[in-house]
Amino acid sequence: MKKYSGFSLFKHSLSHHENWQAAWRSPQPKKEYDVIIVGGGGHGLATAYYLAKVHGITNVAVLEKGYLGGGNTARNTTIVRSNYLWDEASKLYDHSLDLWKDLSQDLNYNVMFSQRGVLNLGHTLQDMRDIERRVNANRLNGIDGVVLDTAGVKEIVPIINDSQDIRYPVLGASWQATAGVARHDAVAWGFARGADSFGVDLIQQCEVLDIVTEEGAVVGVKTTQGFIGAKKVACVTAGNSGVMAAMVGLRLPIESRPLQALVSEPIKPILDTVVMSNAVHAYVSQSDKGDLVIGAGADSYNGYGQRGSFNVVEHTLSAICELFPMFSRVRMNRSWGGIVDTCPDACPIISKTSIKGLFFNCGWGTGGFKATPGSGHVFAHTLAHDEAHPLAAPFSLDRFNTGHLIDEHGAAGVAH
Amino acid sequence: MHHIYCPYCEEIREEEEYSYTGEAHIERPKDPASISDDVWANYIFFRTNPRGIHHEMWYHAAGCRRYFNATRDTNSYKIHETYKMGELPTITAPTKAASTKAAKTIAAAKGDAS
Repeated sequence: MKKYSGFSLFKHSLSHHENWQAAWRSPQPKKEYDVIIVGGGGHGLATAYYLAKVHGITNVAVLEKGYLGGGNTARNTTIVRSNYLWDEASKLYDHSLDLWKDLSQDLNYNVMFSQRGVLNLGHTLQDMRDIERRVNANRLNGIDGVVLDTAGVKEIVPIINDSQDIRYPVLGASWQATAGVARHDAVAWGFARGADSFGVDLIQQCEVLDIVTEEGAVVGVKTTQGFIGAKKVACVTAGNSGVMAAMVGLRLPIESRPLQALVSEPIKPILDTVVMSNAVHAYVSQSDKGDLVIGAGADSYNGYGQRGSFNVVEHTLSAICELFPMFSRVRMNRSWGGIVDTCPDACPIISKTSIKGLFFNCGWGTGGFKATPGSGHVFAHTLAHDEAHPLAAPFSLDRFNTGHLIDEHGAAGVAH
Repeated sequence: MHHIYCPYCEEIREEEEYSYTGEAHIERPKDPASISDDVWANYIFFRTNPRGIHHEMWYHAAGCRRYFNATRDTNSYKIHETYKMGELPTITAPTKAASTKAAKTIAAAKGDAS
């Protein structure tokens, strides 16, 4: 892998940028790998990268049925934060936030991580009590956070509607200054390029049709490019996790639902932070390109169609217009849906299964993007050592049997 | 937006009148105290979540306020049929090895419960 630098940019400008090395190879699948990762999204690619970099396991394939980072990685609203309520979740997400800080340097790829802060608005007295509780919990866990009143919110976002006469007035917010956004595609591409440089095979257009087991242990996968052997298979397939599990007769505590997002036409810089509201179900930020990036709610019903109901988008936009009356005439450019794997406790599953060598990293639901590096990091450890990383241990599949759930609905950002 | 036929009201109404209430035909274990944690977890948390034909419950919240079942394709979102509680679907997914195994798990769970 040739290093990207200011000098290389200058050098290639002399040849009109026509001689850049491809960011990754397009190899043919080998007969057998040490580890097969199913799913070439951010989490899968991060897992491959850390497997190779931290644990020295490079005989790895990432199988992707479409193209790299073409699923939920390309469809989210790019928010990164770690202000979760419970110890287990906040430690996992904060581990991820720590990795985000140096990720561009680590990958030699600009992921455009911008710590512009995140506001979580409160609209009722109960919202504000929950916010105080969550911020206190965050601070005890070493995560920065402050509780703001209406004036404090107005100072950070002058364009917000601070009238107390609206249906859901802004009474205050939690503010995590170290949170922010990152460029979602760059994250996938950066991890892909990094993994490839260690010799990981990234195989696109290769759909896994079946997981082959012998005597309760994984021996490989049947794909559209033939059988590929591996003693360890890691499914990082988000919305399709249930489909993967069904291949070996397992069920998961997961339901797959469409979650929608939309972007507006580009406008001049007006919003330099991220504003989220659980109660009215809206979140919005402005991309560097100028478009407003808006997240809507998840549809209530199961679906794999990568599109959602119109009434959900309408509901979100009415909330955005109430919070930001000046956005009422901004036109929306595109909307889309991604299939999110929602868990009953709004926390992920990073776990072994009853089948030897079969691992799952799923259930990230509506908020997986922020965890991309952390998820890959702890899951790689789990795969390499056959034992959960200490931060991943509370997120085993077993928690649904023991009852030790980690209820993060309050901090998960969107209700589902 | 779905247009859903309520088998009780016998009318097609818009999705917003309804609430989705999850997978259908899940039977509560008759004697929860006597079953294992695994069977209980399977009943309460674990779901089939198929890509394709799905039997699910809907609640006509802004109508007759009754629960009914629907058979819907989770890929195309086409609603094949709706039917009253207690009735069985006329359209089911083609049986695969996996769904047979899932059915066995359910059967085992029921066996354990009784």
